[in-house]
Amino acid sequence: MNNFGLDIARLGFPYHHSALSDPCPRVCEAKVAKLEQLKTIGRELAMGSQGGWGQTKEFLDLVKSIGEARSKAEEDRIVLREIDTLRRRLADPDVPRRRMKEYLIRLVYVEMLGHDASFGHIHAVKMTHDESLAVKRTGYLAVTLFLSDDHDLIILIVNTIQKDLRSDNYLVVSAALVAVCKLINEETIPAVLPQVVELLGHPKEAVRKKAVMALHRFYQRSPASVAHLVSNFKKKLCDPDPGVMGATLCPLFDLISADTNSYKDLIVSLISILKQVAERRLPKTYDYHQMPAPFIQIKLLKILALLGSGDKEASGHMYTVLGDIFRKAEHSTNIGNAILYECICCVSSIYPNPKSIEAAAAATSKFLKSESHNLKYMGIDALSRLIKINPDIAEEHQLAVIDCLEDPDDTLKRKTFELLYKMTKSTNVEVIVDRMIDYMISINDSHYKTEIASRCVELAEQYAPSNQWFIQTMNKVFEHAGDLVNIRVAHNLMRLIAEGFGGEDESADSQLRSSAVDSYLRILGEPKLPSVFLQVICWVLGEYGTADGRYSASYIIGKLCDVAEAHLSDDTVKAYAISSIMKICSFEIAAGRKLEILPECQSLIDELSASHSTDLQQRAYELQALLGLNSGAVEAVMPSDASCEDFEVDRSLSFLNSFVQQSIEKGAQPYIPENERSGIVDIGNFKGQYQQEASTHSLRFEAYELPKPSVIPPPTFEPSIPLSATTDLVPVPEPTAYTKDAHRASTKMPSSTDALSADVGVRLRLDGVQKKWGKPTYSSSPSASSSTSSASQNATNGLTHTDGGGGSVSLQTRETSHDSRRQQQAEVSAEKQRLAASLFGASSVAKAEKKPPTAAQKAPKAAAATKEKAATTTTTTVPSTPPPDLLDLGDPTSSDTPLDDPFKQLEGLLGSTAAASPGIINPPAAPASKAPDLMAIFTEAPTGVSHSSIDPGLSEIYSINKSSHIVATKKGPNSQDALQKDATARQVGVTPTGNNPNLFRDLLG
Amino acid sequence: MGIRFVVLVNKQGQTRLAQYYCDHMTVSERRALEAEIVRKCLARTDHQCSFVEHRNYKIVYRRYASLFFLVGVDNDENELAILEFIHLLVETLDRHFGNVCELDIMLHLEKAHFILEEMVMNGCIVETNKSSILAPIQLMDKAS
Repeated sequence: MNNFGLDIARLGFPYHHSALSDPCPRVCEAKVAKLEQLKTIGRELAMGSQGGWGQTKEFLDLVKSIGEARSKAEEDRIVLREIDTLRRRLADPDVPRRRMKEYLIRLVYVEMLGHDASFGHIHAVKMTHDESLAVKRTGYLAVTLFLSDDHDLIILIVNTIQKDLRSDNYLVVSAALVAVCKLINEETIPAVLPQVVELLGHPKEAVRKKAVMALHRFYQRSPASVAHLVSNFKKKLCDPDPGVMGATLCPLFDLISADTNSYKDLIVSLISILKQVAERRLPKTYDYHQMPAPFIQIKLLKILALLGSGDKEASGHMYTVLGDIFRKAEHSTNIGNAILYECICCVSSIYPNPKSIEAAAAATSKFLKSESHNLKYMGIDALSRLIKINPDIAEEHQLAVIDCLEDPDDTLKRKTFELLYKMTKSTNVEVIVDRMIDYMISINDSHYKTEIASRCVELAEQYAPSNQWFIQTMNKVFEHAGDLVNIRVAHNLMRLIAEGFGGEDESADSQLRSSAVDSYLRILGEPKLPSVFLQVICWVLGEYGTADGRYSASYIIGKLCDVAEAHLSDDTVKAYAISSIMKICSFEIAAGRKLEILPECQSLIDELSASHSTDLQQRAYELQALLGLNSGAVEAVMPSDASCEDFEVDRSLSFLNSFVQQSIEKGAQPYIPENERSGIVDIGNFKGQYQQEASTHSLRFEAYELPKPSVIPPPTFEPSIPLSATTDLVPVPEPTAYTKDAHRASTKMPSSTDALSADVGVRLRLDGVQKKWGKPTYSSSPSASSSTSSASQNATNGLTHTDGGGGSVSLQTRETSHDSRRQQQAEVSAEKQRLAASLFGASSVAKAEKKPPTAAQKAPKAAAATKEKAATTTTTTVPSTPPPDLLDLGDPTSSDTPLDDPFKQLEGLLGSTAAASPGIINPPAAPASKAPDLMAIFTEAPTGVSHSSIDPGLSEIYSINKSSHIVATKKGPNSQDALQKDATARQVGVTPTGNNPNLFRDLLG
Repeated sequence: MGIRFVVLVNKQGQTRLAQYYCDHMTVSERRALEAEIVRKCLARTDHQCSFVEHRNYKIVYRRYASLFFLVGVDNDENELAILEFIHLLVETLDRHFGNVCELDIMLHLEKAHFILEEMVMNGCIVETNKSSILAPIQLMDKAS
């Protein structure tokens, strides 16, 4: 960008590089003069507003301005202006048809760029009626892009579609069938179904194919609608046209996944098709990169995997053809590997066969050993499928798996975690979960964080070696992803702490609790803790904070006050905190110790007493009331460590019988049950509503029920009786159904109010009050954060990575770095093997770090070899950027390079006699970026743009080419095409010197 | 279902073509999704793998010059095959347009869509034979 002039000069003669170094300046001058002339003519031509492509100046201007927009804001402005224009234009009653097509495309642009174009939808619908095929199909396209299949306007199209399906122009029928696939919904299926079925027999294969897909769509929408037509799919499998047969595999795949057994009769035909495809019996035109119809092969393999699953006999037919495909496999191309991968999936799904598994394992190990991340990814996936059949296969690839686990590439890492998740056993759970948690901490993507957190919890719950470890693990999960995990997990944790091992060893339990208290007091120092975790902490501190006597009541209360104060907006946490304070207080009072109410505690009580939340208010008043009670009463209300005791409620209130009897004898009215009074509302009903209310805290819109005898059931109740004094006091810890029971139970409450806290069912209602889910914050570069973490996880290994990253281009340096690395390998692999041993090792002790790794000794040689190979490949592959960009290496540099005016390019072309190297549109690469381009060509030619191994030889070619400025030979059409393109470009007014030269970059160049 | 969407985006994150095969999404949902996935893909380096997980999708992407081809697929799709499908799409576009560039797709958006329509229906790859894909489009060109 900085040396604009120079670049133009250089790019001006793109295909005749020798011209640059032309020693004769006169030739150049002559050329320039001639080109000037041509340029003027060209410009004049371009002034004509309409081109041969039927596009108006307005459209070209739109494309130009969108193409050159530098920011989203600028693009938005352009689109908003365009919306205005289109509104005006479309309001005109007689828009010419040709124009209309263009307006539609402009509307498509508007929606594609994220703006609403609903004002134009009706015009799209109208366009589908047009007679011209191009206009009609554009209309259908716009409708499918704009409208969902349940949109009101669709009904207007059904008629058109019906008409078009009857057309004798097969292109019209095809266009209508494409629209059918997108627009026909469950209700409109019957309107077109008979016609579609008829079209299955259409003479044109293109129509038959689309009719099959339309039926497929109907099946997806509503399986019942085509249930009677399923046999058609089987028939179409034998269609003489391979395209139709290939398309039929799509609906068959869906049908077979839904019901495998009805299609077992197809196995033989499908196998024979696969065999024929693999033997290149299909027309050459189906080949893709020398591979016979690979997409059909893959689809067939997918179907066979379904059909052979758990079916020994069916699988028996498949082994031969699978073996053939494995044998013929092409490891050097992506598509070859894609087929291989599908074969592995198939083998791992069908009834196992040793030979096939062996071949699959061999292919998997090739994937894992490749330097391509894509292949490694596929390899990890394949491995996770194969270990289901034979877990030993993983053994061989331990180091490759660990490499992937430590790879800075997030995608690969995740895939590897998926593998680890599948191979977790009680022997390696600690290592795997630790790794998962470390990774979980490092990422920001809340979607994946949730997933991995729940996996950690699942594995920990399933395989935890000790409760201690379980609690520690859960603490970590809560600390870092507390807002994302299910609330149930928190309840499980509380229950575990409360119930302990459940064994007779009481001391172990209390030890566990003490350690939990210790860890929580420590964790409370952390600045930001998730709400769910704080709830757990408060609860545990309340129950067990003072249990072992190491912490004073005031210390724990102080801590709890801090928690409540620090989370002013979180009512649930405050509720847990105040209840816990209440427990501590009551334990103190019950034990007869003098309890000092800290000023901050008193202020908390005062504050909560005035809270907007009735729940908090109630808790505060309860605490206040409890503080005034004597120790005996408190002991009865809040027994110590009773959270696990079952809580029984005397619903019949039998203890009041004598009192009631007395009252009746004195002449009081007998009690009439509630439902007999109201006739409608029964207790259960009431309770349900109550629960709901408690959990949502929302307004209730239904009318109040009749007064409930909730506090003082007998109407004759006399307030002077001591009982009434206690009803005031009876703590109502939760605003739940329990409250009612508690009141009924009155003073003789059989168990503590706290018994409830352990009762998950009751708690749950409360927890619904404020469940906060973390804000989804997607990091723009998740890989960056994970890479740092992985680097820190494995310092020695990090050395290899950084080395590779800075690897120089030359092969000599590769040699030297290779040597130096060899020395480090010993340590690196020792570290890795320790990890490997703990992950894969069969040793019963999971902590393999402590003891000499057995696996490390088992295969040190292999490890060194793999490592060595990895080392070499890192250096060699660094200069050549991997696959997706093989086609486009020069981009980073040349995107900044302003490209030449197309006129000049045109001149370059015309001025030359050798028109063999055309491709005007493609900007010629500057010498600096040429070598990579060449590289691309070289890799493309033999491997078909392969993601797989780039052997070192290529790097050599690369370096040779770099020194000799060979111009990349251009593929593509002739110079006439290029001229045409150039003309279009000029019409648009977009020039490669404009704001976005990238618009001209040849995608395949 | 297989393919959920095919989106072409340039390096600046501007959408050049978008086709969805899953349930209908509103314009703003699409806009948000496209912005998110483009950000994810742009942040990746060349030697990372060409697959990215995003919510329930897996995105297989490939870059050609300034354009990213992003294909969202279900979780049990063969990623490598999708990667090659992208290449096949580009080859087909290239055969039709001749040295296809971003501008070709912008100027002939409907054609690019038609080509894609021939190749993918209901989220399935239905045609991979370039001549069969392009035949109807060329016939249509001739007719008009």
